[in-house]
Amino acid sequence: MPLSGPFLQELERIVGASGLVRTLEGRLVYECDMHTFYKGAPDAVALPTRTEEVVEIVNLCRRERVPIVPRGSGTGLIGGAMAPVGGVMIGTNRMDAILEIDLPNRCATVQPGLINLSLTQAVASRGYFFAPDPSSQMVSSIGGNVATNAGGPHCLKYGITANHILGLELVTGAGELVRLGGTAVDRPGYDLLGAAVGSEGTFGIVTAVTVRLLHAAEAVKTILASFTAIEDASEAVSAIIAAGIVPAALEMLDELMIRAINEGTGAGYPKDAAAVLLIELDGPAAEVEAQGERAARICWERGALEVRVAADAAERALLWKGRKEAAGAVGRLAPTYLLQDAVVPRSKLPAIMRELIAIGARHRVQIANVFHAGDGNLHPLILYDDREPDQLARAKAANEELLRACIEMGGTVTGEHGVGLDKAKNLPLQYGEADLNFMYRLRRAFDPDSIMNPGKLLPSHPACGEGFRPARPRVPDGAWI
Amino acid sequence: MAFVPGSAAPDIDEIRKCVHCGICLPQCPTYRVLGEEMDSPRGRIYLMRAAAEGRVGLTETFQRHIDLCLGCRACETACPSGVRFGSLLEATRAQLRRSRSPARRRLLEAFVFSVFPEPVRLGLVLAAFKLYKRSGLRALGRASGALRRLPSLAAMEALLDDVPAAIPMPEVVPACGRLAGRVGLLTGCVQRHLYPHVNRDTARLLSLAGFEVVIPRGQGCCGALELHAGRPEAHAARARALAPAFPADLDFIVTNAAGCGAAMKEYGHRIPELAPFAGRVRDVTEVLAGADLRLGPLDLTVTYHDACHLVHGQRVRHEPRQLLGRIPGLRLVELGDSELCCGSAGVYNLLEPEMARELLDEKLARIAETGARVVAAANPGCLLQIAWGCRERGLDVAIVHPVELLARAADAYQD
Repeated sequence: MPLSGPFLQELERIVGASGLVRTLEGRLVYECDMHTFYKGAPDAVALPTRTEEVVEIVNLCRRERVPIVPRGSGTGLIGGAMAPVGGVMIGTNRMDAILEIDLPNRCATVQPGLINLSLTQAVASRGYFFAPDPSSQMVSSIGGNVATNAGGPHCLKYGITANHILGLELVTGAGELVRLGGTAVDRPGYDLLGAAVGSEGTFGIVTAVTVRLLHAAEAVKTILASFTAIEDASEAVSAIIAAGIVPAALEMLDELMIRAINEGTGAGYPKDAAAVLLIELDGPAAEVEAQGERAARICWERGALEVRVAADAAERALLWKGRKEAAGAVGRLAPTYLLQDAVVPRSKLPAIMRELIAIGARHRVQIANVFHAGDGNLHPLILYDDREPDQLARAKAANEELLRACIEMGGTVTGEHGVGLDKAKNLPLQYGEADLNFMYRLRRAFDPDSIMNPGKLLPSHPACGEGFRPARPRVPDGAWI
Repeated sequence: MAFVPGSAAPDIDEIRKCVHCGICLPQCPTYRVLGEEMDSPRGRIYLMRAAAEGRVGLTETFQRHIDLCLGCRACETACPSGVRFGSLLEATRAQLRRSRSPARRRLLEAFVFSVFPEPVRLGLVLAAFKLYKRSGLRALGRASGALRRLPSLAAMEALLDDVPAAIPMPEVVPACGRLAGRVGLLTGCVQRHLYPHVNRDTARLLSLAGFEVVIPRGQGCCGALELHAGRPEAHAARARALAPAFPADLDFIVTNAAGCGAAMKEYGHRIPELAPFAGRVRDVTEVLAGADLRLGPLDLTVTYHDACHLVHGQRVRHEPRQLLGRIPGLRLVELGDSELCCGSAGVYNLLEPEMARELLDEKLARIAETGARVVAAANPGCLLQIAWGCRERGLDVAIVHPVELLARAADAYQD
């Protein structure tokens, strides 16, 4: 859908020539996020620096019924920050200021493009941190974390992004600038903040985020335990949780993943292990000490090869660098992969691991595994070569089968990456018609003309329901939704 | 396919190693300044791939995004998939040189490449500059405003504060004490003319550390500048000429210029028969880090800037810090974003003065934060660039190569 000359002129007036990308080369590099399977170049990319500009862009797009796709750092894993039907992409990465740090009230207000880790770096010297730590935290934006309600290794103890967002400034799809939530503990009225976090840009575009800051724990202990069988590691996970220990993080990696990480990051994970657990405990020093010993004992009892405690902050950082760059290191194993984000109840971990191995064998695909074991959140990476159509087909079949197996065990289709374009079709596996229709109506309340991130989050070809029809006949057929 | 097929096309398998994770973005100087995906490593690789697949041509816009890359290779350090961005960039630039390039830039490049890699010509140009400066022509040049119309020339003029007197070097410097080995010393092009004392100090320290230092006369340029500018043939010719200038039985070939060292260590990638030579190339700090040096006290607060082609190109991060840390009394303060390019990037500051300036300003701000009075950096380009910035801003900071501090500390011990 090419944009008209006057429209582009108006867009340029709002963001300036240096804030507008119109070249083919420029638009092309914005055609996908980390999920490179889904491609769709926007017709223009706007890079605003101020909230007022965002309001103007949204109003302009609404007037002309042009779709808008918000994008932060483009590290999403669900095809959320790409433009399946063109339109204007709004990149928030130039809106990356820290607006206010309020340590007495343990909160900070930032622009959405601020890189997650930059916030922790800004307050670390004063003993604080921002808890949500998706593996992409060294590059992903806080706005993107809000959009996908991102998780991360430390969500096991600290909760997901939603638990750390106090307020949002949102430009809705209707072009209104609204403030959701706030710093008060119990706010009067509807909890619209809760609805907006995780809405993946379908309600509007966030222009400021007030986040909770936490005080860093007195002590931290990171333990690396290696096992000769992935089942043993899975059982150790269940046993640690059953013992009443709540680790700050409890991560599991398999042999293939360990190899890629060691090559790619120099993290030095044990080479001969079939599985590795990364266990982090934090809190008062005495408690951490006692729990660390118990966790280590449990690992030994489950047949651990080695249980190693990081000696200092540098070693801890290296162990985490390995884990956090895992998905990036997979380029060493295969040029392309499908990354699954399904969840199973923690107790089903050993069972789903057995199923996963069987699925890999059945479809003749290599699967590398890294997951937030404590949450039962799996991240199998199904490797394939996109130059071989047959490999892609097998990878996709394995992916679907795996997802269904997780649902059958009482899990969900996504743990933390979000729905995006990738999993919109899977949502009916989890929700009934009435549930989905209600979501459509909620979406419409924020975005009456369905211009915000079309095609994402909710399925696009429903069987029925008034919420599925475009609200206004002026929307061209097939343009979106 | 938009690329001209053949050995010079970027390796498609290398391009495909990029899984688009974006971890490189915050480490890329141009992305930090511009905030645009196409001026990031991930974006540039995506464009290379699109060109390889015939989705985009080698257009002026394409070239602009490639030209703007500093080639600092910070993305390589960041990349968990191990994409060798530097070699992709070199190959893409070689491809672009086969198609057209703006006339003005072509002219500038022609000048740069006929002078910089030629020690004799560079010496002549610098001698002329010395005359220009001392005769009062410089004041005229600056006052007339002529320089303003030629930003690259102005950048070149501003970078050069003075040209020091040459320091003659012997062909062999004997080892002091027990012989630890025999090494060759690359004297470089810019280094030998603008920082001859760095070469002198390097040779002295190596000698003090027990190495006999062989300094072949007539050694040419390593070809790094040409490689980075997409002139692989010229680079290969220089590499083939340089290697045999050094005796084959040396333990190491030592460099004190990060850009030269990185290029020489990678000779084997393009010219397999030079792999054994490349395997013997070391940065001076790598050799000295393991040596027994007696160092006296220096009462200085120093910060260390990581030259891109040392930290990213050669992955030498620890050794220079360890060496400086061994000097009694010297306080080493970490520089914020020490691994971010200062904008020098070979001849980039001449070809892209605006971006170079932005990065220099950022670097100067970080330097000012440290409170250090001395900045150490192990590459002549960085020394020139940062020194120029400090001069212009009136910052009272000395910019030195780490070996200068080590040599002074060695003197202090002997005293």
